[in-house]
Order: sequence, then structure tokens, then C-alpha cells
Amino acid sequence: MPGTSREALMRDLQAVSFVLDDIALFLQTHPTDQAALRCYEKYRDLKRKAEEEYMNAYGPLREDNVFVTDRWTWADMPWPWERQG
Amino acid sequence: MWTYDRKLQYPVNISKPDANAAKIIITQFGGPDGELAASQRYLSQRYSMPYKQVAGLLTDIGTEEMAHMEIVCAIVHQLTKDLSLEEIKAAGFDPYFVDHTVALWPQAASGAPFTATYFQSKGDAITDLVEDMAAEQKARTTYDNLLRLIDNPEVRDPLKFLRAREIVHFQRFGEGLRIVQDHLNSRNFYAINPEFDMRKPKIGS
Repeated sequence: MPGTSREALMRDLQAVSFVLDDIALFLQTHPTDQAALRCYEKYRDLKRKAEEEYMNAYGPLREDNVFVTDRWTWADMPWPWERQG
Repeated sequence: MWTYDRKLQYPVNISKPDANAAKIIITQFGGPDGELAASQRYLSQRYSMPYKQVAGLLTDIGTEEMAHMEIVCAIVHQLTKDLSLEEIKAAGFDPYFVDHTVALWPQAASGAPFTATYFQSKGDAITDLVEDMAAEQKARTTYDNLLRLIDNPEVRDPLKFLRAREIVHFQRFGEGLRIVQDHLNSRNFYAINPEFDMRKPKIGS
């Protein structure tokens, strides 16, 4: 969404990524839990969408996703440990 | 290998420096029950773990602990970055400051440096998983103690997240221990050490 702040998009991405972290860990010890498997699929797709949305607006999240112009931009955005806003 | 994701697992945004809080929270970076010890404990134990599912658990939780170490470091960084010299002296942060300025260095709240003796990698599946469960509870108690001592909601919020993860990891390790025991002789779980006595290639698993 154009106009959505970096903080808001990051917050969404963190939320869906965390669900995926937790459900994947649950599946390690419950590999046949069908509800958990469906939940994994749903949040895997939501995470992909949230990452794409964030990266299109505010730059790469991983070093294999840097959009190349005439200079290296990986270090341009604030680092995650810096206070946002 | 690992790939760096340019995001924290949980957001940290602290607007007011506080050397007193930083002095105690740093223990969850380099202290006896901290996130550095946790990550190295699980990531060291996994190589000789013979059950794939449990090795996966150690890999996932060890990886998450590295993300937690980054959250703890972000908290300490934001609490110390803009401290004045007066604040540093008044809070008794000067002994840390003289050695590390406002950089991050893994130590306990007492000032004791990080050491690998904070964790064990024993090479026995039951022994290691019982250590891992105890480690999660010790970390949970440490976060409980930090939450007793700290009032600022901006600092408490990520600490509460980290505390909750200790409980989830304890639960998952308990299930890991059950998986290990399901593979062993229920009349004597200690008849063999599956990390040493089952090394011969065998049919099936």
C-alpha cells in the first residue's frame, strides 16, 4: 500500500513472521497436526506477501534481495536495533 | 549456514535512556542464563543428536535464541546510546563504560564475563534435553526478576515477549524428551546412550 509507514509495514511483517516461527516449532513435535499444517501454509503465504510489500516500499530484508542501481544500497536503511521513528 | 534478516523478531523502541535497567538486562546477553549461552548450548548439542526431529528442534530454537540475543542487545543499546556522563556516573555505569564505552559486550549483571561454562553439551540425549528444559526455566525466572525491577512499559514489553518464549521452548523440549524416550527401552531409559551406543549404521530407524 503506498503511503503505509515503514513502521506499520515492519510491524505487520513481524507479526506474521512470528506466527510462522511459532507454528514451525510446534510442527517439529506435532508433524501430523492438520490444523497446524494448514496454519503454516496460510502464514507462509502471508509472510511472503508482507515481505514483498515491505521490500517494494522500503528496500531489501536480505542481502540476496538488493535492488541494483548504480550504487550498493544494503546499508542505507536504519539497522533493526536502532530506535525507529 | 545462516542468512541475516534485517528485522527484529519483536520490535524494540525505547525513548528514554536508563543505565540502571541496562546494567541488569545485559545479563540476558552474556550472563549464566542469557541468550548467548542458550543459542550456543542448543547449536552445539544438535550435531550428535541421533533423532532428526529433535536435532531440528535444537536447530530452530538455537536459531531463535540468536534472534533473542539481538533483541536483548537492541534493548541495552537503546537504553545506553544517549546517556550523559552525569547519568553514567550517577547510575554506577562507569565501570562498564571505562572498558566498553556504550558498546555491547557479553557479561552477566555482576560483571562476570561470558563463558562457555554457562552451558553443557554432554553428548547424551536425555541429559542434554533435561539441561535444556532447566535452562529455559532459569531464563524465565531471570525475565521474571527483571520485570519485578523495571517499570518502563517500553522496556517491559519486549521482556514479556522473551519471557513467554522461554515457556514455549520449555514445552517443546519436554516434547523432544518424550520423543527420545519413545525410541528407548521404557523399562530402562538409561540402558544405552543413543548418542554413543547407536552409531553403527542400521536398517530403518
